[in-house]
Amino acid sequence: MQGILGSLVDLNHPGHYIHWGFIQLSVANLVVIALMVLVFMVALVVPFRRHGGGER
Amino acid sequence: MTVDLNPDEATAGAAADLPEDADQWTARLRNAALEALPPQRLMPDRQPAYVASWIYVFGVLTLAALAVVILTGMVLAIFGPAWWHDSSAGLFVNSLHLWSVEVFFFAMVVHLWGKFFMAAWRGRRRATWITGVVSFVVSVGAAFTGYLSQQNFDSQWISTQAKDGINATGAGAIFNVTNFGQMLMWHIMLLPLVVAILVGLHILLVRRRGVVPPFAEPAEAGGTEAVNGGLAESGEVR
Repeated sequence: MQGILGSLVDLNHPGHYIHWGFIQLSVANLVVIALMVLVFMVALVVPFRRHGGGER
Repeated sequence: MTVDLNPDEATAGAAADLPEDADQWTARLRNAALEALPPQRLMPDRQPAYVASWIYVFGVLTLAALAVVILTGMVLAIFGPAWWHDSSAGLFVNSLHLWSVEVFFFAMVVHLWGKFFMAAWRGRRRATWITGVVSFVVSVGAAFTGYLSQQNFDSQWISTQAKDGINATGAGAIFNVTNFGQMLMWHIMLLPLVVAILVGLHILLVRRRGVVPPFAEPAEAGGTEAVNGGLAESGEVR
C-alpha cells in the first residue's frame, strides 16, 4: 500500500512494477485500471437524477 | 445546362427543385441523407427513458475530453515547441493536452465496458460498434505518436523500445518511430483526421440507430417505445 501511494506522490524514481508470470504491469497503470473498474461499478449503481422527476 | 430558377420556387426540401433534376447526384445525395437522418433524429429533444443512467454518460464524456484534446493541440500548434517547453502558460496547456488524453481514454474504456456488457451491437448497430472499436485503436496510435513527439527522454525511451516491436511486424520501413518529423506529422495531421472522421461517423450512426436499450426492457417496451420520439428501430430488435 505504501508503495502504491508513494508512486502516486513521488515520481522521481524508477516505476514500481508487478510481475505475474509473463505479465508485467506498472503500479501506476494498475491504479488507473482499478479506478476505471470502480467508476464503472459506481456508474451502474448510483441513481441518475432526472429533470422534473418524471419519465422522460 | 443552366436553368433560370425563381428564388421563390427554390425550396429547401428534400425533393429536387425541378422534376428533371431528381436524378442529379446532388438531389439523390440530399434525399438519402435526409431519409437516413431527418433533423429531428439528428438533433432530438428527448432521449429514451433508459438513458437516464450514469453508464450512458461516458460516451459524451469521451467526446468532451476529445474536444479539449483537439483544442489544446491546436493551441500548442499555434505557439510551437519553445513555448510549450519553456513558458509556464505553454507548460500548462501542454499538461492540459496530456491530462485530457488521460480522461479521454479513461472515459472511453468505461464506455466500452458499458456497451460491451449491453451487447450494444444489437438492433442493427454493428456499424456503430465497429466504428467505436476502430476509433479506439486509431486513438491508441494517435496517443502513441503523441508520446513520441514530447521531445524528452521519455519519448526517446518509448521510441527506442517501440522500434523493435514495430520492426518485428515489418512496418518499420514505412513507419519509423525514431523519425521525429514523421511521428509529429502522423500525430498532428493524419491520425487526428482519421479519429475525427471515425468519431463523427460513430455519432451519426448512434443518432441513426438510436441508443441501445438495456436487455430487460423489450418485454415491457410500451413505455420505452413511447418516449423514443418515433425511433421505431432504436432498440426493440435484438
